[in-house]
Amino acid sequence: MDFTYDDEQTALRDAVRGLVGKAYADYEQRRRATKEDPGFDEKLWTQMAEMGLLGLPFSEDDGGVGAGPVEIGIVCRELGRVLAPEPYLSSVVLAGGLVSAVGTPEQRQELLGALSGGESVLAFAHDEPGHRWSAEAHDVTADASGALTGTKDGVLHGARADVLVVSAVLPDGGTGLFLVTGDALASVERSGYPTFDGGRAARITFDATAATPLGAAAADVTTSIATVQDITRIMAANEALGAMQTQLRATTEYLKSRKQFGVTLNTFQALTFRAADMYTSVELTHSMVDWATMVVAAGDPAQVADAAARAGLQVSRAGRHVGQEAIQLHGGIAMTAEYNVGTFTAHLTALDHLLGDAGHHLRALDARLGDHGVIDPLDRAATA
Amino acid sequence: MQLALTEDDQAFREEMRTFFTTTFPEEIRRTVEEGRELTREQIVESQQALNAAGLAVPHWPEEWGGRGWSELKRHIWHEEMQAASVPVPLAFNASMIGPVIAQFGTQEQKEKFLPKTANLDIWWSQGFSEPDAGSDLAGLRTTAVLDGDDWVVNGQKTWTTLGQYGDWIFTLVRTDPEVKKQAGISMLLIDMTSPGVEVRPIELIDGGHEVNEVWFTDVRVPGENLVGEVNSGWTQAKFLLGNERVGVAPVGATKRVLARAKELGASILADDPLLRARVVELENELLALELTALRVAAHSAGAEPHPASSVLKLKGTELQQAVSELVVDLGGPATLASGEGDATLEWYRRSTPTYLNLRKASIYGGSNEIQRQIISRNILGL
Ligand SMILES: Cc1cc2nc3c(=O)[nH]c(=O)nc-3n(C[C@H](O)[C@H](O)[C@H](O)COP(=O)(O)OP(=O)(O)OC[C@H]3O[C@@H](n4cnc5c(N)ncnc54)[C@H](O)[C@@H]3O)c2cc1C
Repeated sequence: MDFTYDDEQTALRDAVRGLVGKAYADYEQRRRATKEDPGFDEKLWTQMAEMGLLGLPFSEDDGGVGAGPVEIGIVCRELGRVLAPEPYLSSVVLAGGLVSAVGTPEQRQELLGALSGGESVLAFAHDEPGHRWSAEAHDVTADASGALTGTKDGVLHGARADVLVVSAVLPDGGTGLFLVTGDALASVERSGYPTFDGGRAARITFDATAATPLGAAAADVTTSIATVQDITRIMAANEALGAMQTQLRATTEYLKSRKQFGVTLNTFQALTFRAADMYTSVELTHSMVDWATMVVAAGDPAQVADAAARAGLQVSRAGRHVGQEAIQLHGGIAMTAEYNVGTFTAHLTALDHLLGDAGHHLRALDARLGDHGVIDPLDRAATA
Repeated sequence: MQLALTEDDQAFREEMRTFFTTTFPEEIRRTVEEGRELTREQIVESQQALNAAGLAVPHWPEEWGGRGWSELKRHIWHEEMQAASVPVPLAFNASMIGPVIAQFGTQEQKEKFLPKTANLDIWWSQGFSEPDAGSDLAGLRTTAVLDGDDWVVNGQKTWTTLGQYGDWIFTLVRTDPEVKKQAGISMLLIDMTSPGVEVRPIELIDGGHEVNEVWFTDVRVPGENLVGEVNSGWTQAKFLLGNERVGVAPVGATKRVLARAKELGASILADDPLLRARVVELENELLALELTALRVAAHSAGAEPHPASSVLKLKGTELQQAVSELVVDLGGPATLASGEGDATLEWYRRSTPTYLNLRKASIYGGSNEIQRQIISRNILGL
């Protein structure tokens, strides 16, 4: 049992930091990238593909690299540190994860090969207006021929995507997954818009749109969706941790350099104590996120669900604490768009609402409260 | 990164669990589990049972009973002990003065004190704080003046925990009033049966007698009872206080209390979603803390402690207090009852005194404000 990266993981982290960290070291670059569609840097996306990052989660047979959750977490954390807008979480972890979990061998090879190579961006069209954080589809339906009807909204990178993975209610009930590509995709009404954190999402309307079942036809895959969502929650937690670490660092630096009343702000204990509390939040979150990431590696879906809820609750609480304090301790400058502190808080807020906030996780954990006496974090893994 | 324990650590964990739950005196574990107060005899019996099994001072140098365990093994030992309701070894002996004597003491001092300290044949008290020297410990005024081979000690210590049981007291005394305050302090070991030592009880808000004032009037202390060099006491104090903070996050014990609260309060919780939400939040925060303790333990291979270790005292005591508060709230009107009752009622009756008593946790051992100071200065460089 240890919480330290091995040599290869450290090398991966340094390489990702070198690429992504350099690309967005200057916050102006991020602002430029998010100003125009598609809201990220296609060239950097290609470089990430060349480095093998886009294929990390997928097996070599499917054109990927076959790495584990710790490695994927490393990428997410580095993206979070600089607020990189590339659609790693939505396209690779979430949509790619679904293809990997549910697709036929042919679908996996074709879609994941192209995704890994940076040639194709995937999006998961799932959320529907009026519903919160569910593994099921509600109002978007598939008929017997597989044609889709209904509206999805908040689909991350839904307008840019080359392939849509769509969830829909099956004729006999349950939720199935479908692929919308090519001509069918061209006939779909997609209205993309920028999100408050500089990201991109879309409202997508299907009207008897032709679609191909992902995996076996008419199969209810709700549990697979739930598990991929849980894994995405944990990877989003890695991204959020990276963002919180940057906010703490920025705040600490600012307190040391900003002068008011003729002295630097760190002269005031009321402020340094708040920074100490931010540190506490970040470190506790770090421990929880590392743990949850390792639970994914151990693989049992029920335990992954539990770890996702626990990490989600911790990240939601800590993200709000750290994000809000970072702005307050920076004062007015943090309110400006050209300074990055506030945007980090915006992104933490977006991550918080992407797959379930604290209240959502609290309810899930409450439902299982009677199942255990004490929590043993080490019982999630077999003996090494 | 690797979640699973190695086979060796897993076997070690089983071994600890088995010893604590099957060999260790059952009656003492019951007392702890039910939240009743341990007698002096029980505390001594408990530590002697641990010591006989080589489990009282595993973190000491091996020569004096240490086990040369990894930090992770020590963590496992500590957690399993608490999970099984086994009282941890008396901190004054095992975590405070023992390691100091082993590090700074003379060979005679080591031979005279260490075996008896490990076995709790000597009960140590901590005589650091004074009425005007709390967080600012270096402001202490109790003096020791050399007279022949002896030191003559005058002054007053306060907050001396369980001083009524103390055989010996380790003290910080001012041996040079002329220099900068940290530079004029020495550490003296004082036999509490010496003439001129007087222990006076202080009653606390929970009604209990746990702390005392200790007065020294012309107490003669043999020169051989000085630890380290004259005026080097601040070095030893810092070493001791550093150790004091390690293992102060009582995660295992707090988890156990929360689990018991869930068990005894099941019917109340079933009807109260807000209380249940508090339980979930606390369980989650305790998990984050436990993982942080594991992360620190698995990280610091003998060298510098992981910086996150400062979080342990701060958050550990906050959660310990929050759980005690939850228990009181679960009990509600039952906490006001007194007299005879079943186990559940008795538990609730003790809950408010416990809650009040635990307010101390964020004050002593370096108050939580002092911990924030350490984090902001030493870790964040503010
Ligand atoms: C139940 C109990 C048992 C104890 N047992 C022992 C014992 O066995 N032996 C022993 O030697 N001592 C013992 N202590 C003493 C304990 O270590 C002190 O109480 C502690 O160091 C705090 O000192 P103080 O009480 O004088 O508070 P003060 O130092 O006067 O502090 C008052 C408040 O101000 C805050 N404060 C102080 N300085 C700062 C600062 N620089 N920045 C921000 N905030 C600050 C404190 O955190 C606290 O909230 C015990 C205390 C208690 C309550």
